[in-house]
Amino acid sequence: MTQTHSTVAGAQAGGLRELISFRIGAQEFCVDIMAVREIRGWTAATALPQAPPFVRGVINLRGAVLPIVDLAARLGFESSETTDRNVIIVAQIGQQVVGLLVDAVSDILTVTDDVIQPTPDVASDTAKLFVRGLLAVDGRMISLIGLERVMPDLELEAA
Amino acid sequence: MDPLAAIRETFFQECEEQLAELESGLLAMEAGDTDPETINAVFRAVHSIKGGAGAFSLEALVRFAHVFETALDEMRSGRLAATNEVLKTLLRAADVLADHVRAAHDGSAVDEAHTAELAEELKALDPNAAAGGEAESEEDWGDFEFKPMAVAAPEAPPAAGGWRVRFAPRADLYAKANEAALLLRELARLGETTVELDVSALPALADLDPEAAYLAWTVTLTGAADEAAVREVFEFVDGDCELEVSRLAAAGADDAAPLVEDTGETLDIGALLARVQAVADPPPPPLEAPPAAPAPAAVATPQDPSSPPDGQGQPRKPEAGATIRVDLERVDRLIDLVGELVINQAMLSQRVMEAGFARASGVAMGLDELEQLTREIQDSVMAIRAQPVKSVFQRMPRLVREVAAMTGKPVRLVTDGEGTEVDKTVIERLADPLTHMIRNAIDHGLESPEKRAAAGKPAEGVVRLAAAHRSGRIVIEVADDGGGINRERVKSIAIEKGLIAPEAALNDEEIDNLIFMPGFSTASEISDISGRGVGMDVVRRSIQALGGRITISSRPGKGSTFTMSLPLTLAVLDGMVVSVQGQTLVAPITAIVETLLPKPGDVHSLGGSARVIAIRDTYVPLIDVGQALGYRAGPLDATQGVALLIEGEGGARAALLVDAIQGQRQVVIKSLEANYQQVPGVAAATILGDGRVALILDIDTIVAVSRGADSLRAEKRLAATG
Amino acid sequence: MSMTVLTVDDSRTMREMLRLALTEAGYRVLQAEDGLHGLEVLASETPEVIVTDINMPRMDGFGFIEEVRSDPLHRGVPILVLTTESDAEKKNRARMAGATGWIVKPFNPVKLVDAIRRVAA
Repeated sequence: MTQTHSTVAGAQAGGLRELISFRIGAQEFCVDIMAVREIRGWTAATALPQAPPFVRGVINLRGAVLPIVDLAARLGFESSETTDRNVIIVAQIGQQVVGLLVDAVSDILTVTDDVIQPTPDVASDTAKLFVRGLLAVDGRMISLIGLERVMPDLELEAA
Repeated sequence: MDPLAAIRETFFQECEEQLAELESGLLAMEAGDTDPETINAVFRAVHSIKGGAGAFSLEALVRFAHVFETALDEMRSGRLAATNEVLKTLLRAADVLADHVRAAHDGSAVDEAHTAELAEELKALDPNAAAGGEAESEEDWGDFEFKPMAVAAPEAPPAAGGWRVRFAPRADLYAKANEAALLLRELARLGETTVELDVSALPALADLDPEAAYLAWTVTLTGAADEAAVREVFEFVDGDCELEVSRLAAAGADDAAPLVEDTGETLDIGALLARVQAVADPPPPPLEAPPAAPAPAAVATPQDPSSPPDGQGQPRKPEAGATIRVDLERVDRLIDLVGELVINQAMLSQRVMEAGFARASGVAMGLDELEQLTREIQDSVMAIRAQPVKSVFQRMPRLVREVAAMTGKPVRLVTDGEGTEVDKTVIERLADPLTHMIRNAIDHGLESPEKRAAAGKPAEGVVRLAAAHRSGRIVIEVADDGGGINRERVKSIAIEKGLIAPEAALNDEEIDNLIFMPGFSTASEISDISGRGVGMDVVRRSIQALGGRITISSRPGKGSTFTMSLPLTLAVLDGMVVSVQGQTLVAPITAIVETLLPKPGDVHSLGGSARVIAIRDTYVPLIDVGQALGYRAGPLDATQGVALLIEGEGGARAALLVDAIQGQRQVVIKSLEANYQQVPGVAAATILGDGRVALILDIDTIVAVSRGADSLRAEKRLAATG
Repeated sequence: MSMTVLTVDDSRTMREMLRLALTEAGYRVLQAEDGLHGLEVLASETPEVIVTDINMPRMDGFGFIEEVRSDPLHRGVPILVLTTESDAEKKNRARMAGATGWIVKPFNPVKLVDAIRRVAA
């Protein structure tokens, strides 16, 4: 149903992409809009026992149970206290629907593939695992995130 | 989907139903059923499969079905007796037929040798076999069979000449609703026709019998049609009319027909008939009610199905109630919606209570009624999807036959309670565990025929499969009358594999349940039957995944019985809502035996950090749920909380310590694994009245943790690698 | 206005195939799953043609044809029997019961329509 791989190699015919950008702390990121199902305000999540620190819990989305991933924590930043300003991006990752907790959603960008620059080779796990490319928009740097690694095989991770 | 492809799917679905009918009919006959309707149903099943297979050109299937059908035809007409030998052959033939059907469906190959073998056996059943020569050389696949008429003109090669056809219907022709006009019209299609009506046999109106035949026609047909084509027009009425077909002289000059139009135009039968009508009374009009003529006295009322027409006189087995076919998706959707309705109704109730309406107020009472209604709707809707376990049970006889053949042990399968109903979601997941258990029962449970004889048991082993409803759940038993569990051996293997400590003192029941431990297997050779490494631990895990429990009880020398207890549905649960460290959790009520408020002297420490609670005269492990799930670090003071006494599988008891009980309600089960994954200690989730998610406890895992697995995490790892 | 055909067969597959062939040819189709059911359908509507199988539970083709022929309202309705067997015995028996004609299974849709045309308008 939705496309989940946001690779620099350009997925859509015609090379035009729509990306939704959001802010976590001082950094800006974006994901392919095809993966995004909706945007919601923050709701308190029910905690899950023995969950990794970036899984805040689960919420009810119209009758389905959805895990909430604190994207800041997942990307390796310090997670802040959640406030009413926090936003949940409901995304489809593979067969699962997941809520990504971010600070705020900024924009919808329509770009051509050639605007996406390859990720510079830096010593950052986050960069290596998640960043698929960089965009320069109005003097801001926006990192394109690939969602497929957001929900890893948690068993292996924990072992 | 292409309509023909859709019908092909329908065909295969129907084949499965027919195969089931076939097998159950043959088994019934084996058990002594002599009702002719049973053998008829068996015949029809194969006949039906053959018919459809022919339509889809599934040749191998048709060939085998045909041989099978022939044998069954002999049986239903009484020429072949239904002895046990014969029935066993037929049952094996049914298995081969099923293989052919499935092979035809998924394009795989059949065992040719086995097919040929069974085909030979079936043919050998034919009492006329000695006479030799299959009379079935004419299986025609859609061509009309041409039968020459009694009075035949010498066959002449079709020349440009033509034919002269004299056609005089008899009353029978009309009685069978054939119409002369239509026959004449068909003739007219073969070429140019001129038609002459002969009314010479027509009596005066007063003497006219509306059901008799008085008219005759002579048709002159010119064209290239051959005699076969001409006679074919009259194929259906052969014997019900006089028919003469003779060659025309090439020149084609014939008797002038007084009622004929110009030969240059196409003959208008309608106009011709109109003119005929003007001359004489019309032939009996087929679709009008007969004039005052009294209907024959003994007309059976077609609307009276309770008087079976003769030839079908045997009392039929009771009919099931009327049914309709429904798309499963629609039912599932309905069940989801009703689940939402339940949640919404609960939320509404909660909000109303919070808004301060009095319990006795109109609003609150109205809500109570709403809750009642909602529950009833939910029960009814769940019942739609409930199915008898028969659909799973009926795969077992064939399995038993195969395993019996492979192990060389004669086995009889006895089933009970096939009609017991359970939600479709549960039924589908029963097949694998049941298959494993029955294989095990035959392979490991039953002794060899020699050993059985030595023990004074009948050579034929018995495996019993039974289902029944018990206290809101479904209980399924698989029992064998074999040698029972060899407890010494089980214990020593468990010690050898490090599953238990050598000096551990276990009672008989605990030893028996050791076979469920992961990594346990008594097969010294890898058994082809039970599969590599598929042990009882896998079976237990499948049952647990369904929210069920499985236990074993065994008597040495007498046999073993596996008992599975499963919830009736995977969609809804009766739960006790509790608080633990600020979290709201749900515990399945079926597991809870009692609730207690611990008093100061009741709780004691045992060993290091473990605690037990005194319940009347026994001590039971006390499990701090908040700690077990990681919600709090230190233990809760038991006197500040509530203990839920639970009984897990095998009757082991434990007490779960929670902070408080909020109430009891039916909750809709939501999967945690759909969008996340399995969480140890948690069976599923639900949505409470306030819209928030609450986790449903997996009691058995939590209890297992307390027994000695290091942590829930380790238990989960074990489960994953099993 | 299209003609109505009543198809009587206990096989779902066969009913579907008949329906496909007949609706393609412009006929309107009524269905029944055995002789008794066929009689029930006839109680509320008279078709222009009946196509019936022989081997069916509850009431087979022969019984059904006999019943139809003995009902004054329906005895003039042409009835075609479906037969997989070129077995003369079955065909004769069907005719004795009052069948108008027959169609051999597996049926060729063209021949099916042809047979219908030969016995009904």
